[in-house]
Amino acid sequence: MAERHVTHKSKYTLDRGMPGAFEGETVTRRRFMVVGGQAAGGVAAAAFLLPALGFAVGPIFKSTPHRWESVGPEDLFNEFNYVPVVLTVNPEIGEAGKTTAYVRKFNAALDTDPYDKGTLYIAISSRCAHLGCPVRWVDAAERFICPCHGGVYDLLGRRVGGPPVRPLDRFYTRVNAASEVELGPRFSVNSELRRFSPRDPGEPLDGVGQYMYPSRPGAQKL
Amino acid sequence: MPKLPKAPPMPSALQAPPKRPGEPKTTPVDQAAEAGTSFVGWIDERTSLTGAARWLMFRKVPRGTNWFYTLGSATMFAFLSQAVTGVFLAMYYRPDASGGAYESIRHVTNEVFLGQFVRGMHKWGSSVMVILVFLHMGRTFFFGAYKYPRELNWVIGVVLLILTMTMSFTGYLLPFDQRAYWATIVGVNINGTGPLIGPYLSDFLRGGPEFGATTLSRFYSIHMLLVPGLIAALIGAHLYLVAKLGTTAPPWIKAEQSPDLREAEA
Repeated sequence: MAERHVTHKSKYTLDRGMPGAFEGETVTRRRFMVVGGQAAGGVAAAAFLLPALGFAVGPIFKSTPHRWESVGPEDLFNEFNYVPVVLTVNPEIGEAGKTTAYVRKFNAALDTDPYDKGTLYIAISSRCAHLGCPVRWVDAAERFICPCHGGVYDLLGRRVGGPPVRPLDRFYTRVNAASEVELGPRFSVNSELRRFSPRDPGEPLDGVGQYMYPSRPGAQKL
Repeated sequence: MPKLPKAPPMPSALQAPPKRPGEPKTTPVDQAAEAGTSFVGWIDERTSLTGAARWLMFRKVPRGTNWFYTLGSATMFAFLSQAVTGVFLAMYYRPDASGGAYESIRHVTNEVFLGQFVRGMHKWGSSVMVILVFLHMGRTFFFGAYKYPRELNWVIGVVLLILTMTMSFTGYLLPFDQRAYWATIVGVNINGTGPLIGPYLSDFLRGGPEFGATTLSRFYSIHMLLVPGLIAALIGAHLYLVAKLGTTAPPWIKAEQSPDLREAEA
């Protein structure tokens, strides 16, 4: 056994009798060329793959500016019922970039939630919190009802039936100098109507939900 | 199966006498055959492709091979049909979310010569391809053809199934009508329900927090460039493994006994 170890080759190429070997050289030229060639190829591939990948995933990290849009004069809205308004969430794509919100005046008897204190108008998004279909306000039932998978919400947008995982989203509101109601960026709420930065439909915000479905890296505080 | 009787030979008076060796070939048919042979010879001398073609096409197949074994080729031809009709549809399609996409599809369907037919082939062919993929997968499963040494081919097949589903999902948006729009909204949000990575995945698919012009061009690019290339490459790998490993006999075919054993039993 011991004798077999003795026959091991030296790590120096010079000792191994390689032609043209330098003193102190441990890597054979063949091996050096293989590693060098592969490294050069890796660098060349990364030089076009990494920018292309960043280009494709870039929009995830982009922050979009807040939009405020006037949806009508103050007398259009009342404290007891919703008025549907159309607002633009994406101005680039025409009709496909529009969505509906249901707006009413703040009602101290209904909107007892502490987070809503000081709000003048309540604007509820028609985007269902299940998978994003458009809900409509049914006056007779006093419910928001989704046509796709049967989500049902009450007057405050809280889920009362069906698959949705959280209440309907809302929009920030303000009144401009011309006494018009303006709708701003969207925000999401959990079942206690606590406010969160906007999440996509289907992402719960109660309990661990807010950590399992993190907000966008580009989300800006209002 | 009953054997068909052989066709009777032509009467000898009508048969052309065979050519003598060295006699020049003069008829146009002879010359065309000669030209074909020399062309194939020219290619083969430089590529040695006929060996590869023979290896791929003239394989031995086990006893009991039946029509179920054609489902894989059927799937491949469905893909080829999708690829060809898709290339020609791309000549007319405009991925413009502010109305141009819908308009270009309307133009193809109503005005272009054979447009409705080619679009119909692509639309219905996609369903055919999905159905064939599942039938092929069922055949492989029920015949036990996924077992050693063919596990890797099963894995490649599953990736091809997922890519086919990706094609269906991304292609569904392209007509850009109400159904396409809302189905994509719902589909992207289903992707978003995955914990931790879901929100990033749906933002990636949409190209931002809201559905926009980028979403359509993104889906179009994935549908016609990214995934078809991957599918074609993986079909190549799938076929190579089929040719290398051979096909399996159906489970009801018993393994043939070795002659020694047969004698011993007798």
